[in-house]
Amino acid sequence: MGGEFDWTVIWKYREALWDGMLTSLKLFAIALAGGIFFGTLLALARLSSWKALSLPAAGFVNLIRAIPFIMAIFWFYFLTPMIVSKFTGQQGEAVGPFTSAVVAFIMVESAYYSEIIRAGIQSIPRGQPAAAYALGMTYWQSMGHIVLPQAFRNMLPVMLTQAVILFQDTSLVYVVALKDFLGAASKAGQLTGRIVELYLFVAVVFFILCFAASWGVKRLQARLAVAR
Amino acid sequence: MDWKIFLEQAPSGGMTYLGWLWSGLFWTLAVSACAWVLAFTVGSVVGIARTTPLAWARALGTAYVELFRNIPLLVQMFLWYFVMPEVIPKAWGDWLKQDMPNLLTLPFAAQFSLWEFTAAVLCLGLYTASRVAEQVRSGIQSLPRGQVAAGLAMGLTLPQVYRHVTLPMAYRIVIPPMTSEFLTIFKNSSTALTIGVLELTAQSRQISEYTFKTFEAFTAATLIYIVITMTVILLMRTLERRVAVPGYIAQGGGH
Amino acid sequence: MAMIEIRNVSKWYGAFQVLKDCTSRVEKGEVVVVCGPSGSGKSTLIKTVNGLEPFQQGEIVVNGTSVGAAKTNLPKVRAQIGMVFQNFELFPHMSITDNLTLAQVKVLGRTREAAVEKGHKLLERVGLLNQKDKYPGQLSGGQQQRVAIARALSMDPIAMLFDEPTSALDPEMINEVLDVMVELAREGMTMMVVTHEMGFARKVAHRVVFMDHGQIVEDCTKDEFFGTPRSERAQAFLSKILHH
Repeated sequence: MGGEFDWTVIWKYREALWDGMLTSLKLFAIALAGGIFFGTLLALARLSSWKALSLPAAGFVNLIRAIPFIMAIFWFYFLTPMIVSKFTGQQGEAVGPFTSAVVAFIMVESAYYSEIIRAGIQSIPRGQPAAAYALGMTYWQSMGHIVLPQAFRNMLPVMLTQAVILFQDTSLVYVVALKDFLGAASKAGQLTGRIVELYLFVAVVFFILCFAASWGVKRLQARLAVAR
Repeated sequence: MDWKIFLEQAPSGGMTYLGWLWSGLFWTLAVSACAWVLAFTVGSVVGIARTTPLAWARALGTAYVELFRNIPLLVQMFLWYFVMPEVIPKAWGDWLKQDMPNLLTLPFAAQFSLWEFTAAVLCLGLYTASRVAEQVRSGIQSLPRGQVAAGLAMGLTLPQVYRHVTLPMAYRIVIPPMTSEFLTIFKNSSTALTIGVLELTAQSRQISEYTFKTFEAFTAATLIYIVITMTVILLMRTLERRVAVPGYIAQGGGH
Repeated sequence: MAMIEIRNVSKWYGAFQVLKDCTSRVEKGEVVVVCGPSGSGKSTLIKTVNGLEPFQQGEIVVNGTSVGAAKTNLPKVRAQIGMVFQNFELFPHMSITDNLTLAQVKVLGRTREAAVEKGHKLLERVGLLNQKDKYPGQLSGGQQQRVAIARALSMDPIAMLFDEPTSALDPEMINEVLDVMVELAREGMTMMVVTHEMGFARKVAHRVVFMDHGQIVEDCTKDEFFGTPRSERAQAFLSKILHH
C-alpha cells in the first residue's frame, strides 16, 4: 500500500469540515424548498391551455435538462450578479457566491421537479378536478385542495429520491469555489497534503447519509404500496 | 454581442476559439462514448447478476449499485483521480501518474493526458453502470415469469434461457432508458473538468476567461449541448422503432 | 322561466362534431331523463350545462345566467348546481366528512361546525352516517355514490345533474342509489339525469330526451316516449334496452 495514512487530519479540521457540511445542508434545504415551489408553478404553467404560459415553461425546462448541471451553475453564477445589479444599481459584488449558487440550484431543481410534479398531476384522473369544479371551486381551490395533495402523495417516493440526488449534487458548487463539505475537505487537503484521507472521509460521510436516506425512502414506498 | 470572437486566434493549440469549442466537443463525446460502453457492459453484468437465483451474485450486484449510487459523482471523480493511485501498490500508482501519460499524446489539442482521460472514463462509466444495472434488472423483471418457465420446460439451461429468451426481450424494453443514460453521461461528463479534462464546458469557461465574452462563450456551448441532445433523441427513436417487436411493448414507438 | 335552458348548442372536438344544434329545457321541479346509445353525446351535453365542457355555438342559461358567456362567474353557477358523476369522484385523500364539508366551507363560506352538521344530516338521509369517518376507498361503489349525492346536496343546489350515476355499479348496488334519486325526485328537486335505467324514467321522469349521433332526436313527455316514440332509432334503442 502506498504510504501510511494520517486520519488525525480529519479531527484537526473538524470545524472547517462541519462549516462546510452546514453550507451543503443550507444549500440543499433552500434548493429543495425553492425547487419544489417553482417546480410546481412550472408544472402548472406547462399544463396550462394558455400557450403564452406553457411554451416558455416547456422551453425553460427542456433547456435546463439538456445542459450539464455545471454549465447551468456557470450560467447563473454569471447572470445573477448582472441581473441583480441591473435592478439595484449596485455593482456585481453585492451578490455573493452563495446567493448565485442558490439561484442556480433553485433554477435547475425547479426544472427537474417540474417534470416529476407534472407527471404527478397527470396521474390524477380528470374526474377529480371536474368534481371539484362542479362543487363551485375555482382553479386554485381545485389544485390546492384536490389535485396537488393527491399528486404529491403519489409522487412522494420519487420526490424524496430526487432530494437524495439533489443532496449529492450540492457537491458541484465546488466548481465555483464555494466551501461546501467537499470544498472544505479539498481546502484542508491542499493545506496538509492529506487529500487521500480527506476525500475518503467525504465519500464515507456522503455514502452513510445517502444510503440511510435511500433506505428510508424504500421503506416508505413499501408502506405506501400497502396502504393503497 | 460579439460573435466574431470565435474566429480570433486562441492563445494556445494553434487554432481559433471556435477550434477550442470543437476540441471541447470532441473530448466530451470521446469521454461519453467510452464511458457509455463501459457502463453498458458493467451495468449489464451487474443487472443480470441481480436477477439470478444465486444469492451471492445478487448480493454483490446490490452492493455495487448501492455503493456507486450513494456517493456524489464529483467525489467519485476525485476518488479515481486523486485517491486511487495512492492506495494501490506504489509502483502501479506511479505508473498511472507518470508513465501512462507518456504512452501516447492525445490528439486534438487536448492539453491533458491519457491518465486524466482514463480516470474520467472509469468514473463516469462505473457510476453510470449502477444506473444501467437498475434498468436492466427492471427490464428483466418486467417480463412475464412464464417466459423463463417455458424456456426451462423446453429443456434449455438457465444461461440458455437468458441468452435466447430473457435478454433479447429485456433489452428491447431497456433501450429507451439507455438513450437517457447516454444523455446523462453526456451531461455528467462536464464533471471531468474538475480533474483537468478540457471538455466542452471547460473550454467555454476558458474562452470566457481569456476573452471576457462570457455570454457568447456560454451560449455557444449551450447550443452545442442542445443540438447533440436532440440528435441523440432522434437517432434513438429511429433505433427503437427498428427493434420493436410487433404487437409487444407499446413504448417501442411507431404506431 | 326555465331552470335550465339549452338553445341551439353545438360542439366540436377538432373537426368532429359531438353536439349538433341541441335545444331543450328543464323547468323548475321537473325531472328530465336523457338517454341514448353510447357515444351519442348525452354525457357531453349534461357537462355543458355547468360549464365543465365548453361549447362553440348556442347558449345555455341556468337560472337566468348564461353559462357560456365570457364574464360569467362559473364557480358561482356551479356552486348552485349539484353534479353526480359516473365514477363517483369522491376525493380519495379525504374522509367522508371532509368530502362533504370542503366545498361548503371553501366555496359557500360556511363555518366548519355548520358544514359538518349539514353533511352529517345528509349522510343520515342516505343511510351512511355510520361511515362518516371512513375514507372513500373503504366504501362499496353504491355507498360511494350515495355519499357523492349527499355531497352535491350539501351545497343546497337549485338543480341536480346526474351523469350515468349507476353505470359503474355492480347490479346489486344499483337500486340503493336509484332509491335515493327517486326520493329526491318526489321531493320536487329539479333533475337532469343521463341514464339507461328506464325503470327510473318510468317511475319519476316528466320528460325524456333521446339523443343519437350528437342530436336530440326525441324530446317529449314520458308517456309519449314509452307509448309511441316517433323515431325508428328511439324504438330500436328502447327494444334493445328493455330486452337486456
